Amino acid sequence: MKEEITFILNNDFVSVNIDSAIVLLDFIRKQKHLTGTKEGCKEGDCGACTVLICNLQNGKLGYQTVNSCLLPLGNVNNTHIVTIEGLNSNNLSNIQTEFIKEGASQCGFCTPGFIVSLSGYLINNQVYDTDAALNAIAGNICRCTGYISVKRAINNVLNKLKSTNHNDSDRISFLIENGILPDYFSTVAERLIKLKTEKSYGQHNGAKYIIAGGTDLYVQKPDELLEQEIIFIKNKKLSYINVDGNICSVGATATFEMINNSKIFQNHFPRLKNYFDLIASLPIRNSATVGGNIINASPIGDLTIFFLALNASVVLSNGVKKRKIILKDFYKGYKQLNINNDEFLEFVEFQLPSRDSRFNFEKVSKRTHLDIASVNSAMCIETNNDIISRIHISAGGVAPIPLYLENTSRFLLGKKITKDTLFESLPVIQSEISPINDIRGSAEYKRLLLNQLYKAHFIELFPELINVEELI
Amino acid sequence: MRKTDIEKHVRGESQFIDDINVPEGTLYAAAFDSKIAHGEILNINVDEAKSIFGVRAILTSKDIPGINQVGGIIPDETLFAEGEVHFVGEPIGIVVADSYDIARKAVNKIKIDYEKLPAVFDPREAFEKGELIMPPRIFSFGNVDEIWDKCDIIVEGKVETGGQEHIYLETQGSVAIPEEGGKIKLISATQSPTTVQRTVARILGVEMNNIEVDVLRLGGAFGGKEDQATHWAAMAALAAHKLNKPVKLVLSRMDDIRMTGKRHPYSSDYKIGLTSEGKILAFEATYFQNAGAFADLSPAILDRTLFHATNSYYIPNVKTTGISCKTNLPPNTAFRGFGGPQGKFVIEAAIYKAAEKMGMDASEIQRKNLLKDDKTFYYGQLVENSYAEKCWTKAEEKYDLKKLKQEVEDFNRKNYQFKKGIAVMPICFGISFTNTFLNQASALVHVYTDGSIGVSTAAVEMGQGVNEKIKIVVSRTFSVSQERIRIETTNTTRVANTSATAASSGADLNGNAAILACKNILDRLLKVAAEELKVSDTSELEIRNEVLYNQGIKTNLIWDELIKLAYIKRINLSSQASYATPNINFDREKNTGSPFAYHVYGTGITTVTVDCLRGTYTIDSVKVVHDFGKSLNPVIDIGQVEGGIAQGIGWLTVEEVSHSDEGKLLSNSLSTYKIPDIYSAAKEVEVSFLEDTENQYGPFNSKAIGEPPLMYGISAYFAILNAMKAFRPEKDFEISAPLTPEKVLMNLYN
Repeated sequence: MKEEITFILNNDFVSVNIDSAIVLLDFIRKQKHLTGTKEGCKEGDCGACTVLICNLQNGKLGYQTVNSCLLPLGNVNNTHIVTIEGLNSNNLSNIQTEFIKEGASQCGFCTPGFIVSLSGYLINNQVYDTDAALNAIAGNICRCTGYISVKRAINNVLNKLKSTNHNDSDRISFLIENGILPDYFSTVAERLIKLKTEKSYGQHNGAKYIIAGGTDLYVQKPDELLEQEIIFIKNKKLSYINVDGNICSVGATATFEMINNSKIFQNHFPRLKNYFDLIASLPIRNSATVGGNIINASPIGDLTIFFLALNASVVLSNGVKKRKIILKDFYKGYKQLNINNDEFLEFVEFQLPSRDSRFNFEKVSKRTHLDIASVNSAMCIETNNDIISRIHISAGGVAPIPLYLENTSRFLLGKKITKDTLFESLPVIQSEISPINDIRGSAEYKRLLLNQLYKAHFIELFPELINVEELI
Repeated sequence: MRKTDIEKHVRGESQFIDDINVPEGTLYAAAFDSKIAHGEILNINVDEAKSIFGVRAILTSKDIPGINQVGGIIPDETLFAEGEVHFVGEPIGIVVADSYDIARKAVNKIKIDYEKLPAVFDPREAFEKGELIMPPRIFSFGNVDEIWDKCDIIVEGKVETGGQEHIYLETQGSVAIPEEGGKIKLISATQSPTTVQRTVARILGVEMNNIEVDVLRLGGAFGGKEDQATHWAAMAALAAHKLNKPVKLVLSRMDDIRMTGKRHPYSSDYKIGLTSEGKILAFEATYFQNAGAFADLSPAILDRTLFHATNSYYIPNVKTTGISCKTNLPPNTAFRGFGGPQGKFVIEAAIYKAAEKMGMDASEIQRKNLLKDDKTFYYGQLVENSYAEKCWTKAEEKYDLKKLKQEVEDFNRKNYQFKKGIAVMPICFGISFTNTFLNQASALVHVYTDGSIGVSTAAVEMGQGVNEKIKIVVSRTFSVSQERIRIETTNTTRVANTSATAASSGADLNGNAAILACKNILDRLLKVAAEELKVSDTSELEIRNEVLYNQGIKTNLIWDELIKLAYIKRINLSSQASYATPNINFDREKNTGSPFAYHVYGTGITTVTVDCLRGTYTIDSVKVVHDFGKSLNPVIDIGQVEGGIAQGIGWLTVEEVSHSDEGKLLSNSLSTYKIPDIYSAAKEVEVSFLEDTENQYGPFNSKAIGEPPLMYGISAYFAILNAMKAFRPEKDFEISAPLTPEKVLMNLYN
């Protein structure tokens, strides 16, 4: 599907009539011959293709790191895209200098991605902190260095910048002055405003694929997307998080990172950052959407598991009529949804957990971070004198669908939280799951692991009632 | 100013195969491969694929003008399957098209009918069926059979180690450009340009001088591009030869992981005998190497396993048997350590289990049996300059091993759910190709009339810093600024008959060759200078920082002038020289000799924390004392240690190669095969140098660095096991790597 795409690529204006399903990586490498951005895996798992994308937000520049291998040109309109070439000046930037000094690049293939990710971190944050900086580059895989020299280089960069004063309102100028960004960045905001052309996003129009973040579709079927009728919906109208009373609604194209940074979520889920560190790399969190995660119906979709334990509902719309379904009733079977052909997911809504309730999310994967879960689980629970008055538990990786543990939740309702209750409930869990052997683990392991994560919920949430030594 | 490699890397300006500008009209190739593990090809239907607009050719074994053979050590492997297929992913042919998209689309339209044959994936099963790559190899020392009776403790067991996918960030690829007179120029991402040249010549049925191979740099290799970069270059060359057009073939990540070999999985049996004090008296082991469908480098890798079977220990009675088993998996290949890690893991497992039985700390047994000078390795080489004890002692003192152990014990007493574990790993790794003839290299050095220098060697830069090291060596030999020196691409027309850049020996062999070439030119320059200064003897002359000194006194003759003068006097400013490692030999009949120029030593200490509720773990720290010799470049060498450790830990923890029952690779992408990320690599790595070691075989007393540090990662496995043991002291855990969170949890609770 050809359309006119306009954006700023580094310091140059680009306007092309092109198939909007083509991913940015292919465009910049093959058509623009900017080869500093590398193809390492083409599925968002290595970060060698990381670029910055900037949307104007209330007239201000908001840069985010994204995997260009999963970013269709349809989502690039009206943005500023920065590749490693766009970060180069005649002199080396401070980041580049420190990488050289510490030997934080060996074969060099992954290096541009690291430089871009770290630059993105510096643009986006007011206070520089090592752990946060590491998290920002955690989606970049290096096979040579073992990351130790990379950590040293990052520390050096942060230490240098920490010792200089800067005022948040003009971070771009600060970074230009401190040798992180080239001069032309100061002109980008103005140029983006001029570029801004409103595009209307039509209705469904029978498109075979609706693309939000594209982070799974472009992994699964990149070739098919080039040949099918597709529609991009990542417009701002569905990218919101609203609260009305105690009801929170999250628009379908709100990204994972929006939730991670949302004050509403942070207030109600104090350990939110810890969960999101496990869920995906920053570039993926910047692209992946709530709606995409739910519609994709992966049995181990992390965010779906999260919302299932909140007993969330999804609101579907065909442009005329809306209907609401409880999320746990949305899944009919493996990748089968309770949705009509003309409908799309508009938003997710849930009741914010009350002050008396407690929430926990657990995930174990082969590699602790940035991996797909072997099993994940979430629990939201309210108690009254240690008696369970409200409870919702979900589990992923143990059934063909993201599973709401209906029987277990019901079993626990009205019971007192004791070691015995928990042990008695284990057979209930086991009877309502049906894991299979796959690359994420054996069925037997997943059964054991869910028991463990279930226990972990109580160990984490009720340390005053549960003695870990009696439980494991 | 000339940019160094790393300066180009951080700017995204360094070029890899897929970045190089290709000539107008270049075609793109994609391979199609077997979907079954073993069977006969009944029919290949390419009709639909051929009809796609933009498809230029579909080539199979029938289109090969020369010999369809890519095997190196043993000629048992075809480029394209002929009649029979032997593993899922075995190349059958290629589609050549106007673009990759078209080529890949056509690949999906090719229909192949097979008749399935029985397939074997387990090396022990292959052994029982007599499916071997070569006859078993047996190394023997002392007499194990007579000594068992004298041992106080005997422990026997089984050990498994898994495969490991290289995940060089740059996938395999090559560009083939036809030149006049039937010549083909190949730009290839290979560790072994001559292997590519020789193989392509054989495939095309031409002489080697018709094939030029040029290598700029590799985006990581780790052994995976030693033998297995050849296939893709050969396919591109075949297409270029057939169509008389430039052809580019770069593998997608999934094609690369599916079609190429990995580190060999091993299944091994061991028997170890000790005195009650922990002195090892005897060790016997049988290694079933899972070679995959073809020999590739398996025989040499198996040899290195045997050479490293006793790691850093002196054991008076040893018998090891290596069995290379043929299975229906992609041919496994070189991977950093080259069989050494698999060998070392078995002896460490044996010591661990013996210690467990004896109620001792494994490190006590390790310490007591370290190699000392004047003993012999069990393959007959005299132990010289052993730094095994020095490294251990320094590590013990510098990092206060006693205190580290105490901290772990204290932590474990106070914590129930989380347990810490600590383990020590001494390493000893032999440097040289064990096939003696490969230990040769050459260099070609040009000094240009403006005083700048161009250096070509057989070394391939793949991130290990060999180009920087050679530049340092040349700069020191001439005593000129590094900025004058360019390290050229590795090219078979400038440096011929190259050995692969492998076996950690790239800087040693090629650095030494470069020194010899530089010295030839230097000798001539000093003669010119002697004439100019009217000095009779050149022995009083030397160049220091680009200035000529006579009897230690500065003269007016500077480098630029001297070069101009030499040129005017028609003195040859170029030199080619070759280097062959002296004093090495190995009798492959008796399996004794001195195959290694020297050994590299070190000691690593790893501490981990295991979450015994969830089965997950973190690698808290790795602390190392390593014998670097006199490092040419400490930043590079420390980087090699840190990177090697991460790879070693990855191999034994999260990196799990898994197949379906039909032999289809399940861990076929970066989302299903996980290599260490910044969180799963060790949180802290501390590396210190063992000072003042000498090494006559390394340029300027340096030592090889590439492979040995990977083996520090072995201590991560035993540290995790120790933490598990702290949680479940009564359990006798199996030894089966990788120790994934799944295995941790299943072992703790089942």
